[in-house]
Amino acid sequence: MAKVKGTIVVDIERCKGCGLCPPACPTNVISLAKEVNAKGFHYAYMANPDECTGCVNCALVCPDAVITVYRKKN
Amino acid sequence: MAEQTVNKDIAKEENLVFKKTSVLTDKVMHYCPGCGHGTAHRLIAEVIEEMNIQSECIGITPVGCSVLMYNYLDVDMQEAAHGRAPALATAVKRLMPEKFVFTYQGDGDLAAIGTAETIHAANRGENITIFFINNGIYGMTGGQMAPTTLPNMKSSTSPYGRDVKMMGNPLKMTELVAQLPGTYYVTRQAVHTPKDVRKAKKAIRKAFENQKLERGLSLVEIVSNCNSGWKMTPLQANEWMVENMFPFYPMGDLKVDGEMVK
Repeated sequence: MAKVKGTIVVDIERCKGCGLCPPACPTNVISLAKEVNAKGFHYAYMANPDECTGCVNCALVCPDAVITVYRKKN
Repeated sequence: MAEQTVNKDIAKEENLVFKKTSVLTDKVMHYCPGCGHGTAHRLIAEVIEEMNIQSECIGITPVGCSVLMYNYLDVDMQEAAHGRAPALATAVKRLMPEKFVFTYQGDGDLAAIGTAETIHAANRGENITIFFINNGIYGMTGGQMAPTTLPNMKSSTSPYGRDVKMMGNPLKMTELVAQLPGTYYVTRQAVHTPKDVRKAKKAIRKAFENQKLERGLSLVEIVSNCNSGWKMTPLQANEWMVENMFPFYPMGDLKVDGEMVK
């Protein structure tokens, strides 16, 4: 078990589904949803939430600042 | 409403490590998905928040995709005529020397129509900060060839690639400006990976802090993508940028604290 656990909250309606965050994620947590938001973009979501370490990489590359990151030490 | 897979035990205020800075407004940016402008805006906003200079900051917006930047940054901003942002910034800074004045310009603005203003502002050693977003084309008007377009690079006005014999050579504005004695800090950064974003943020912070020293102009070039103009997906555009733009526009500092690097 990872000592540090994290989670992200995506502002779905502002996400443009550019796909920059999945490759930035070192633990392959994020992917783009099959569903779309009101604008028709495949928004980012945590497909694999248990692996998230809250490293902030996804939020750093996000051009639209839609990702909020939380981190907790166990 | 779409479902999110958020871990509610962790998503609490005390565990917050990153959220959108309050210097960015809540308006959705009009940029294409994956555009580097959004990241560059966010980094500038974060630095303004960290330095706590929101009320002392005056930005000059260019003409180009980022013409509506004043909608997204919650600081005082003034729109300049095409390419004239450094001239306007000069005036603002001379009238209000205690303010932090920055310009944010694309390559069509800074390196084409605004070449004279940029070079002379740098040569006079105006105590301002210039952010130069270089994506190699005129993104806003439909991907036409710009002075910074690479040799053999396709654009909507050079569909067979830029022929250097006919259309001239690309202009390396940052190298040009670094030669001038009036500049204090000149660097080239990118914002496509987390590592580069962290480096770029440090460079932006240094460029703002240099205004307190009053030693001259700071210029931060950010090599960015234009996936719509390049006709690629955001990820392909970033790969193309690494393969083609970076060899011609190498990353790193060109001039630090008034001394040329190397």
